[in-house]
Amino acid sequence: MSEHVNENPESPRSSGTVSTVAPKEGGGFPNPGLPPHVHRQADENPRAEKRAERMVAGLFLLSVLGTVVFIASYFVFTPMGTNLLGEPGTLHAVRWSNLFTGVGLAVAVFFIGAAAVHWAKTLMPDEEWVEERHHIEGSDETREVAAGIITDGLDESGIARRPVIVTAMIAALTALPIAVLAPLSTFGPLPGSKLHHTFWKKGLRITRDTDGTPIKASEVAMNSIFHVMPEGLTEDLEDYLEERAKAATVLIRIDPELGQNQDSLDNGYQGILAFSKICTHVGCPVALYEQQTHHMLCPCHQSTFDVTDGAKVIFGPAHRPLPQLPIEVDAEGYLVAGGDFPEPIGPSFWDLHKDK
Amino acid sequence: MSTTTPTRPSTEAEAPASQGSGDGRMLRLGAVGGDWLDRRVSGAGLLRFMGRKIFPDHWSFMFGEVALYSFVVLLISGTYLTMFFVPSMDEVVYNGIYAPLQGAHVSKAYESTLHISFEVKGGLLFRQMHHWSCLVFMVAIFVHMFRVFFTGAFRKPRELNWLVGFALMVLGMVAGFTGYSLPDDVLSGNGLRVVDGLMKGIPIVGTYISMLLFGGEFPGHDIIPRFFTIHILLVPAAILGLIAIHMVMLVLHKHTQYPGPGRTERNVVGFPVFPVYAAKAGGFFFLVFGIITLISATTAINAIWIYGPYDPSPVSAGSQPDWYMLWTDGGLRLIPGWEFTIFGYTVSLNILLPIVVYGGLLVFLALYPFIEQWVTGDDREHHLLDLPYNAPVRTGIGVAWLSEYLILAMAATNDLIALKLRLSINDLTWTFRIAFFLAPIIVFYVTKRLCIAMQRQKRDLALHGEETSKVVRMEDGQMLEIHEPLNEFDRWVLVQHDDYRPLKAGKGVSSLRAAATSFFFKDRVAPVAPSELREALEHAGHERHRIDELTGGDYTTPDARRH
Amino acid sequence: MKALAARRHHPLAFVVILLLALAATGGLYAAFQPRDAQAESYSQDDVDAGKDLFLANCASCHGTNAQGMQDKSGATLGPSLIGVGAAAVDFQVGTGRMPMQNSGAQAWRKAPQMNDEQTRQLAAYVSSLGPGPSVPDEDQLDASKADLENGGNVFRVNCAMCHNAGGAGGALTRGKFAPPLQGVESKHIYEAMETGPQNMPVFNDDNISAKDKRDVVSYLGALEENGSPGGISLGSFGPVTEGLYAWTIVLSLLVGCAVWLGAKAK
Repeated sequence: MSEHVNENPESPRSSGTVSTVAPKEGGGFPNPGLPPHVHRQADENPRAEKRAERMVAGLFLLSVLGTVVFIASYFVFTPMGTNLLGEPGTLHAVRWSNLFTGVGLAVAVFFIGAAAVHWAKTLMPDEEWVEERHHIEGSDETREVAAGIITDGLDESGIARRPVIVTAMIAALTALPIAVLAPLSTFGPLPGSKLHHTFWKKGLRITRDTDGTPIKASEVAMNSIFHVMPEGLTEDLEDYLEERAKAATVLIRIDPELGQNQDSLDNGYQGILAFSKICTHVGCPVALYEQQTHHMLCPCHQSTFDVTDGAKVIFGPAHRPLPQLPIEVDAEGYLVAGGDFPEPIGPSFWDLHKDK
Repeated sequence: MSTTTPTRPSTEAEAPASQGSGDGRMLRLGAVGGDWLDRRVSGAGLLRFMGRKIFPDHWSFMFGEVALYSFVVLLISGTYLTMFFVPSMDEVVYNGIYAPLQGAHVSKAYESTLHISFEVKGGLLFRQMHHWSCLVFMVAIFVHMFRVFFTGAFRKPRELNWLVGFALMVLGMVAGFTGYSLPDDVLSGNGLRVVDGLMKGIPIVGTYISMLLFGGEFPGHDIIPRFFTIHILLVPAAILGLIAIHMVMLVLHKHTQYPGPGRTERNVVGFPVFPVYAAKAGGFFFLVFGIITLISATTAINAIWIYGPYDPSPVSAGSQPDWYMLWTDGGLRLIPGWEFTIFGYTVSLNILLPIVVYGGLLVFLALYPFIEQWVTGDDREHHLLDLPYNAPVRTGIGVAWLSEYLILAMAATNDLIALKLRLSINDLTWTFRIAFFLAPIIVFYVTKRLCIAMQRQKRDLALHGEETSKVVRMEDGQMLEIHEPLNEFDRWVLVQHDDYRPLKAGKGVSSLRAAATSFFFKDRVAPVAPSELREALEHAGHERHRIDELTGGDYTTPDARRH
Repeated sequence: MKALAARRHHPLAFVVILLLALAATGGLYAAFQPRDAQAESYSQDDVDAGKDLFLANCASCHGTNAQGMQDKSGATLGPSLIGVGAAAVDFQVGTGRMPMQNSGAQAWRKAPQMNDEQTRQLAAYVSSLGPGPSVPDEDQLDASKADLENGGNVFRVNCAMCHNAGGAGGALTRGKFAPPLQGVESKHIYEAMETGPQNMPVFNDDNISAKDKRDVVSYLGALEENGSPGGISLGSFGPVTEGLYAWTIVLSLLVGCAVWLGAKAK
């Protein structure tokens, strides 16, 4: 304990006063050095040492037990074959398989760690060691040599004397990254007018999303909501999901008396209104319809749209109303689209309002 | 007493018993194949350099290791999953054992994930281990990062390692998000759709970026194979590379240590790599592995069969990303519907502003070491950690940053909070909107005051020692409490820290920097000076003398004395 | 033991349980109900008894003739019940939502105040006021005839956005919510679709066919029967609860290990 280090933490080459650090009054306190070591039970008591030894060995053996459980469970609690507790091929079998193999593996792994740590703590030396730190930076000589390497090397390369080469090199290194853009362009097509159009067009029947059956106006009860897709948008289409992602629409019937937006009512049929289901904020399906308030809520970011007022935004991050699909009724009484959406559906983008 | 030999640490007590003669060592080295290795890869030199390196022991130093070890679990479990996963969006008809989906048209990615979960032996366990270890990985990175922040371990010479660690956190988020999207279920699909919406909101190039990423219109047929490559090749390779750099710098700098008796800026006090840390750190890997396995055996995660195969039409209530991405969803929920048109072009502030806020929060965190260095002008190396209460403004800034992060994350769960606590989602959104601006300020102020209060309390403790609850009434009626002075080892921790003070503008100090130093160091508690302590001890000694005179050194109560 | 366990997890076991539950909860009478002319299967005694119950328990809000009532400011105290049908009564009263304890954003599910017989009598009375959807019969709920895949698809497209893909429930605007479906009888879910209680839209047979409804309730039954193969489900709320679990339980375990590792042995 004799060495009292009065620590003034400056390394030689970064000295100079740190202007914000107040000098310590009277030079501060001396570091008292490491406190005296306190021995553990296992260091002084052979029985405690023996006990610790048995404990470590026991923990290792527990791991062996875990391994045995894991291997056994791997074959007697399988999801598809033998399973002692669940019928094979059911989720119950899967659950037992997961539980037993998992707990077996957890025990097998955990207790190796527990044993090793306990060993280190109780039986390996626990007196603290002191290691000196080195200076991070090189010695003055090293730094000089390093600096010399750079200046000599640059000089030998002649970079300062040959501006033509340097200019040409910069040109080459600038040009090359532009080449990267070329392969990048093969990653996908350009947007073109794709985002401005959906599968809907005039005369296409409006069909139920899940079974594709057409809907009669008379079937749309007051305060109900239908999730609909255009007729003919079937799984055999090449871009089935892409078209579904844009065409998803909801059909809602409100009391026309409640309507606050004549344009919206005119685009509907006797209070049946069709709106894009894709949120104009970042594109989640909206569709949480409250039949008493006539509000539609987006579950992702809570944009709220008022169906009685042309799906105007009344709360949340969306800005544009949900685009409304104009609808009509065909000769057989089925609901059909009166055309595509008047503007792009889904999230806003830069050239949204440009005709394409 | 510590030796001054730079490379060979030794205990201050007797030398380790294993010290043998040089010949004996060579023999032993040869016996374990070391000789063979040494003659080929300088194994002995490496061992000499690393084998007895000292690492300080503290529980809060273990979170970096938790991150590293959960990453190893991620690699092991992830490799198992790649044996069975099919990264394809081609459509198949599901005919596995899960009855509610039999006959459904699903992608191969989704089908193979169900196959792994239900039909591959141990598949569900490995899937759950992979996902849980991902959550643990990010939790550990976060805790580790803020341990480093609050203790000032990012200061010179460790600024670069802070940046590497920061990059690892960002890469962890990328790895997590790309992995989360791979099963092609409704939940992750809607997450991807949000990303698509975010990209489209970028002015001018947004729609192009979206088209290039998805290989056409959302969702396309390319995103899962592309994410798969990013997820299993690019990002893990980058993470491994950065981990290597992180570790090399750790060895180069040697670990920081908490202030304590015998611990200085020039040494490191702890235990040698071999054998103690080999056992402790090696053992800790198994502990982390075991805990992740236990959680995976007992707790379900990401039940994609309930979410269903991705289809653009459905969405589930309570759609959120994994926790480390929650904060990026919160801003999107809080932003009002701001969007405007300029020359016929649309600018979506309801997308751009949140992105700017996220970027700002991240950049601030990454650059904080440099900001603080500029303020303090401190060019010294720091290997002793700050106790968080000794840096009240830094601690306040850190907690304020965390409060902002937490508010964004909680805003992303507003629907679940509303449901569970029976609150209005609209009120919650407004509360979070206000809290976004107010909370950091309040939290900063409260934290700073708490730190200063703790400094005062520690100062009193250093000067006057522990209160013993023994009060003596003197003959003149004065009440004195007996204090037990600290020993010099305990006191050292309370008096060793630096005291910073604000600067005045002028003399090469810009007014901006003067203002910054004032912000950081205006409210300060002067540390104990040796003269002060001497005085306090003298006073205490004098008091003690009076008490002893009165009581004869017997501090039991008169009542107790009578018995 | 294995055989017993195997039988317990047999798909048909669920059907058996469902049927038992239906029989026990007075679902039997529904089996004899013709769908459109339901009022006839209730006896006049039922209707009379129902009317007495109605006057005692419901009329204060819904009016003595179930015509609905408004308070002085014109806000609805209780809506008209003419034409809402027996299904609405069975749902509202059978799940304890009605009689309502106090008005709020939304009625809560609670232990039913009326027993099965009283519920049936009330349903008889209300259905005598005008034609409306009836209580589903056993065949309409028969899981053995259901197409689970279709049920899951219909559920995800029409229901999950409010009720959550796992049926855990979800929030709506201004304190309203879509209640959890876990642990709710198939019959009541079916009735909710038919009648559209409170803010839930109406999913009558023209929207989601009777067959699809059967598929949906059977799908939900299958979800419950399957349980959570991965272990504790954390309420099926997805990533948020998983993250919370990682930050609390898992982190505590890890910190515990780290503290143990860092502490000096005695």
